[in-house]
Amino acid sequence: MNVVIVGGGKIGRKLVEDFNNEGSNVILIDIKPSVCEQVEESYDVRCVNGNGTSLETLNDAEVRRADLFIAVTENDENNALSAVMAKKLGAERCVARVRNRIYFKQLDFMRSALGIDLIVNPEYATASEISRILRFPAAMNTETFAKGRIELIEFNVGEDNALCGKAIYEIYKKYKIKVLICAVQRENDVYIPNGDFVIKAGDKLHITASHSDLSQFMREIGVIQKKLKSVILIGGGRISFYLARLLLESGMQVKIIESNMERCQELAEYLPKADVVCGDGTDRNVLSEEGIDRVDALVALTGIDEENMIISMYAKTRNVDKIVTKVNRISFSDLMENSGVYSIVTPKNITADMIIRYARAMNSAKDTEIVTLYRIVDNRAEAMEFIVNKESELTAKPLSQIKIDKNILIAAIMRNNKVFVPDGNSQIAVGDTVVAVTTKPLTTLSDILA
Amino acid sequence: MNLRMIAYSVGRILTVIAATMLLPLFLSVYYKEGIAIAYLVPIIISVVIGTIVSLKAPKDKGLYVREGMVIVALGWILISLAGALPFYISGAIPNFIDCFFETVSGFTTTGSTILADVETMNRSLLFWRSFTHWLGGMGVLVFTMAILSAKDTRTTYMMRAEMPGPVVGKLASKWQFSIRILYMIYITLTALETIFLLIGGMPLFDSIVHAFGTAGTGGFGIKNTSIGYYDSAYIDYVIAIFMMMFGVNFNIYYLFIIRKFSQVRGNDEIKWYLGVIAAATVIIMLNILPIYHTVANALRYSFFQVSSIVTTTGYSTADFVQWPMLSQIILTLLMLMGGCAGSTGGGIKVIRVVILLKTAYHAIRKAASPRSVLSVKTDGKSVEDTVVHGVLAYFVVYMLFMGISILIVSLDNMDFATTVTSVISVTNNIGPGLSVVGPMGNYSGFSALSKIVMSIDMLAGRLELYPILLLFSPRIWKRN
Repeated sequence: MNVVIVGGGKIGRKLVEDFNNEGSNVILIDIKPSVCEQVEESYDVRCVNGNGTSLETLNDAEVRRADLFIAVTENDENNALSAVMAKKLGAERCVARVRNRIYFKQLDFMRSALGIDLIVNPEYATASEISRILRFPAAMNTETFAKGRIELIEFNVGEDNALCGKAIYEIYKKYKIKVLICAVQRENDVYIPNGDFVIKAGDKLHITASHSDLSQFMREIGVIQKKLKSVILIGGGRISFYLARLLLESGMQVKIIESNMERCQELAEYLPKADVVCGDGTDRNVLSEEGIDRVDALVALTGIDEENMIISMYAKTRNVDKIVTKVNRISFSDLMENSGVYSIVTPKNITADMIIRYARAMNSAKDTEIVTLYRIVDNRAEAMEFIVNKESELTAKPLSQIKIDKNILIAAIMRNNKVFVPDGNSQIAVGDTVVAVTTKPLTTLSDILA
Repeated sequence: MNLRMIAYSVGRILTVIAATMLLPLFLSVYYKEGIAIAYLVPIIISVVIGTIVSLKAPKDKGLYVREGMVIVALGWILISLAGALPFYISGAIPNFIDCFFETVSGFTTTGSTILADVETMNRSLLFWRSFTHWLGGMGVLVFTMAILSAKDTRTTYMMRAEMPGPVVGKLASKWQFSIRILYMIYITLTALETIFLLIGGMPLFDSIVHAFGTAGTGGFGIKNTSIGYYDSAYIDYVIAIFMMMFGVNFNIYYLFIIRKFSQVRGNDEIKWYLGVIAAATVIIMLNILPIYHTVANALRYSFFQVSSIVTTTGYSTADFVQWPMLSQIILTLLMLMGGCAGSTGGGIKVIRVVILLKTAYHAIRKAASPRSVLSVKTDGKSVEDTVVHGVLAYFVVYMLFMGISILIVSLDNMDFATTVTSVISVTNNIGPGLSVVGPMGNYSGFSALSKIVMSIDMLAGRLELYPILLLFSPRIWKRN
């Protein structure tokens, strides 16, 4: 696939890395020669030095041959303009990052009028991710498949957890709930486990099931699914704004602590239901005063990673039940990951994932059927949703009689809106939605055959 | 320093070079020369060593600037050692240092020889000698990558160390495609030249060998009087024009193929390159007119020599040591400039000379009006300050490097012109110099020490100094 990316910032770099690893032909456009130099040194891609809204630069980057054009510079207007130009020059699909709230409100109009195929708003995407996490606090991360009917959660096995020391088949036998442990991260390795796999404390499990089964399972294994009622957001940036709106809609109490008075007033104006407090969120007196000891969850969203991490660690000492930390540079995030209390979100990864998912789906639209794709375990495994639209070897026999690659696991099947976790006797049928977890990238469902 | 990865990469280079030696091996069997063993031994040694060290891909594939440079430098030295063995084992060149000098001269596309009489040499050896030009012209690593489709993403560092010029421009988004495009151009031009030479009545073997020498801008001849032997104006012009073409940045041909003529027109380097060739040809033509009597003859010899020297090929049709001093000095200056960046030519490169001259001009203007703000421009775009600094630093290192080499070579007590021009000639990968090392002379008179120094000069010149300099710096070998 030919991909042209404009803007070599945080997200641009991440996309360059991901598409390059997937084997796509990537051309990056960036205005800074130093960025070009760095990117060309680190990845096997070409970089065109120039302005992404200049016709000459776009031609030089062979936009007319691009399957996917992605504009992710700092500037919304430039992104939109580049994307429109690229489309006119013959790029097949265009993606633009637009973060301004006003533009974002007229999203559908912009899509149809300007012909931009996908508009991504990193802040909004991050906010929705955080709101999902807060709705399922026992998990460190949650993703959904089949329009929300299947959930995939990342769950940390604590020292005193009932699952410790048990083989997976024992767990299934004991609880008799239809869940599937589809990937396990132990230290730096990723396993797609079979029934004999024994769970240890400190493992990170990725579990799929329907929402209700999952909740029941969590209750049974002794993880209390407390519903979060009050949340403090530290930092009043764009993510806070979107997040506060989402949380307020779902009925939570939201308090935003922001140090800039002007911004506070703005927030108070747009979010009348939220408590907006003007103060320094890194000051423990302010935090105590605003009730850190009483709150259920805290989300650290300041612009500085270190501050966010320290606030989160402090919140842990004050027994906050759920803590979400925004980290822009992923480097030190493993410092905090040994407990289910913390969840970490990285906006650039969330955005890059969205775009990669779109690219995969677009790629497969030609031959098959990927509907959604999530990258889990620090991008080292993928969970994807397929729709089976034709008869094949896969639909001919029960799963136990099909040779499936050992790096792949069929995690869930949905038929007629009913979700079930497959076993050896299950058989895939045309029209099913299949969720597969894999450590090697797939493009079609038939790739799962060994 | 990732030593495992260095060994792995160098091993692969060795294996590929061993494979290329199969060609002269077949030739030697075909001509029944009875020296097959001279090729078999280095092939077996290289394959065995190469396979052992590259059998298993290392886990840590981290390659950074340092590793890239070391791989390139070590790779070139090792293939030169392997490539020297056929000369030594066959007994064609009895002294191993001479064999090494000759092979380095081949791979670095220098074309300096220690042979007084090349015409007695076996055909397969002559072929191998010129084939090293063809391989080395485009770069050995580039060749390795074109053959073994490397999927490692961090190859840029190696490519950068091997490809000439201050800024490496990539043609396609992946190195593999870029290299394929370059090789297509390279092979097409080489084939075209062979055909043109055949039309001119040159025998097939000679045509191929000379095309190799031209393509790599090497200059090993197979006759004692080089191209002068054929004494044909047609052949002179064909070779002169092809030499000129191989001295052009290959990206230009690609731009032609994809019909981006406006970018070709906007390229400053090629304008300067052609301008310098035209000016030098006219001046030398006028200068040597009294010797050759007619304008046609003077033009023929002058154009051939200018084209041969500026592209750092080093073929000759006349003994220019006999020409007036002005012509000799102009040729020496052309030696320093060399061809365009991204071509197979050596030397400082036209683009660097252009940046140096423009910077110097600005410095002079700034002396007169200190407040003026000026920016060096090429191709209508400002050159980054870091690039300008890089070019200035490169020039200083280049001059120092040649100065030290001249000092060491002067121990041989040759005359001034020989000492200076021999070092200039080898460092810029040209071949002939003036006086003793002129087109009719050779390098056999130097001491072993000078030959080793000159071999290093050739490698340093071809790899643009830094890889070779770094190889000898103890700091780089520390583990972290």
